[in-house]
Formats: sequence, C-alpha cells, structure tokens
Amino acid sequence: MTKPRIAFNWASSCGGCEIAVLELGTKLIELKDKIDIVFWPVALDFKYSDLESMPDKDIDVTFFNGAIQTSENLHLAQLLRAKSKLLVAFGACACMGGIPALANTKSKQQIFDSCYKETPTTDNPQAITPQTKFSAPEGELTIPEFYNTVRTLDEVADVDYYVPGCPPVGPQIEKVVGTILSGSLPPKGSVLGASDKSLCHECKLEKTDRKISKLVRSYETIPDPKRCLLEQGIICMGPATRGGCGALCLDANSPCRGCYGPLPNVVDQGAKMLSALASVFDAESEEELQKLAESVVDPIGTFYRFGLARSLLKRTKE
Amino acid sequence: MVTDLATRFEPRIVGFLCRWCAYTGADLAGLSRIKYPPNITPIRVNCSGRVDPMLVMKAFAAGADGVLIAGCHPGDCHYINGNVKTMRRFKLLEQLLSQFGIEKERVRLEWVSASEGGRYARIVESMTEEIRSIGPLNWKQKVVIPA
Repeated sequence: MTKPRIAFNWASSCGGCEIAVLELGTKLIELKDKIDIVFWPVALDFKYSDLESMPDKDIDVTFFNGAIQTSENLHLAQLLRAKSKLLVAFGACACMGGIPALANTKSKQQIFDSCYKETPTTDNPQAITPQTKFSAPEGELTIPEFYNTVRTLDEVADVDYYVPGCPPVGPQIEKVVGTILSGSLPPKGSVLGASDKSLCHECKLEKTDRKISKLVRSYETIPDPKRCLLEQGIICMGPATRGGCGALCLDANSPCRGCYGPLPNVVDQGAKMLSALASVFDAESEEELQKLAESVVDPIGTFYRFGLARSLLKRTKE
Repeated sequence: MVTDLATRFEPRIVGFLCRWCAYTGADLAGLSRIKYPPNITPIRVNCSGRVDPMLVMKAFAAGADGVLIAGCHPGDCHYINGNVKTMRRFKLLEQLLSQFGIEKERVRLEWVSASEGGRYARIVESMTEEIRSIGPLNWKQKVVIPA
C-alpha cells in the first residue's frame, strides 16, 4: 500500500498550529513511517513551483491553517484545493478567521496608517506603505496584495473537514489524523477533533445558577479557583463554545475565549454568547442594564475574538 | 415633487412583533385604517423574548436598513417576563451593533399593547423617517464585498 501523501500549509496565522503539530513530538516520528509529507513550508524546504507542478488531486490530505488575508493566502488555498483530495481547515483561523480576523474592525487604510505611519516607534518620514509592485534596477519586485477584509478558508475554497482550536490540542490532532488515515470518513463538512457539547460540560468549576450584577475584567480580580467564572462576573465564552479542548484555560483559572467556535447548528457564536451573558444579568431597570452593557468594554473583541470572519456581519462599517 | 417621490430612498425595515401585543396592535392599526408608511415587513413571533440577537444581525446582513422589535409593555408579557429578557439582551446588542458601525436609529425596541394601533403607526412612521434621513445600509454590497 502506498503511503498517504500529506501537505501542511500556513496562511494568515501566528504559526501556533504548526507548533501544535510539532508538539506531537516522538509521535510525529512514528507517523513519519505511515505518511509521506509532500509540502510543509514551515518545516521542510518546498517551493510553490513544486506544488504547481503536481497533478491535480495528487495530495491525499491538506491541513490548511490560517485565514485568508492576502492574495498569496488566496492563491495557496485555491492551489491546494485543486491538488488535494481532502482539504481540512485546521485551527481557529482557517475555520473562523481567528485573531487575524479582528483586522475586520479596521480598514486596510487604517491598518497601514497605524503600522507604517502612526505608531510612536515608526520612523517613516516619506510615509512609505507596501506596494504590490516596485521597479528596481534589477527588475520588477512584487509582494502579495493585502485585502481589506479577512476571510475564512471556506469562503474561498471548498472545505471537507474543520478542526477548530487555537491551536487544536495535541490529543485531538492525533485523533483527527487517526480518523483520516483509517479511511472511514465522517460526512463532508463535519467538525473533527471537538465535542458536540458546550465547554461547560467539560469544565470542572462549580456552577450554581447565580446571577451577576457587576462585570469584572481578568486583571481586576483574583477569581475563586473553584467557582464558575461567569458567576464571578468574568466573561467566559464557555456556554457558547464547543468543548473538546479539555477546558485548558479554565484549569489555569482563566476564562474561555471561544477558540473552539460555535456549537453545532449555531450560525453566529457572538450572538449566542451575548444572549447567554444577558441571561445571567441580575438587573430589571433600564439604567442598571445600560450600565452593565456599557461595562462590556469591547463587545466585538469579547464575543468574536476568534469568529469575526465567520459571523453574520463579518466586519465593521467604516 | 413627483420625481422626488420616485427617486427617494425607501428604507426596508424588518419588524419582529410579538403575537399577543405588538402584532395585534399592528392589526388594529390596519383595522382602524390608520395611515402609516409601508416600509415595514412584519414578522409575527410568539414573544419578543424569542428574538435571538442572531435574527437581528441576519436581517442586517441580508439587506435590511432597520430592525424593530416590539413586544408587550413590561409587566404585561403573556409569558410573564419574556419582554424583560429581551430588554436585557437589547442593551448589550445595541452596544455591539454600534461597534459594528450600525447607527443607533436602525434598531429599536418598543413596547406596543394590543390596543395601541395609533402608537404602532407613529413608531413605524418615525423610524422610517429617521432611517430615510441616514440613508441605506446595504451591508453585503457596501461593507462586506469590497474585499
């Protein structure tokens, strides 16, 4: 039997998903005997031209992490789709936009101004910003175009499976790879390596249906390590987030930030979290509610920290 | 004047009306032949508490210029406190939508009883005029698509 041909690629992401794969450690070496890695820019030397010269559907599975923010990301997503039998959106960014999608709260112009002109440490008297083409004496130089709106992988390519998480946790990656290699594949579009229940089912903290009259931010308090953080007034995305990670953040006494994405059949994770949070508000009058609502300092960054590109509204209006 | 009417912007407002009060109030407005703008598309829901914030966002994403949620006055809810639950969510929703850049005028929560046909008509009228003056939203074409 020929060994399955596997590709990994990163697009707009931090690289944490690649580290999560490397963290498999010795298991990765065992895996090496079972699979052929044909493309993995972060760890092995491959050129895009190698990929372009492959016949279509030559790769068995591509694990694609990262969102689509540049024309290079888009090109690789479409190229890998054409060359692969299965395309897996790997990690929160590929599935839902992830942290890079918070760029959708700003325009390309605002981002360029901030990065290349306005930050106090920037020294750019000629106000130079990246151009896609530049004519140097040696010839024309090009860099990818930066898009105004960050998109998810499935907005630009047909995705077979989703593996959420920032990053997906080790044991889940092993399980996913095992499932795919076993050949008994779940239906297309399935979310792999995660639970179908909310994180609260996995969380060991004690829940008592207590209401809250005041919200506190993490730095303002030292939470009781035994009680539900939401009941202590700390916004925890647990109720609106898929489990499967083993509640790692909660184990470190830190609230869930929602990286495993929405539960099955939920369209918009942020809207669900908003409902969940409002339902534990202990207030009846409009004034009290207004005050509570205003104490959510950054609603988009809180409710859509990882999911803005996959939300209904997708970005802010300029 | 005629051309003015032909070219002026007509807002599209989605109205989530609770079955027991606001929808009956809207019905009364019709039965009483009260004139009000035809810009609202009413959707009957059993309770204003049933209106998930997702539905409001979906309406905007699908092209609505405004969304009205209308339910029973506090204390009059057919399901005891569904409207209070709506109110709890609504303040937070307003906060979120304003961060998305959606003007405050575009989304409203109002209490309309079954006998307040006139009040319902006035709400639709004022909302239509306010949204007309700030212009179309056109979320998909103007905000999302220019990638």
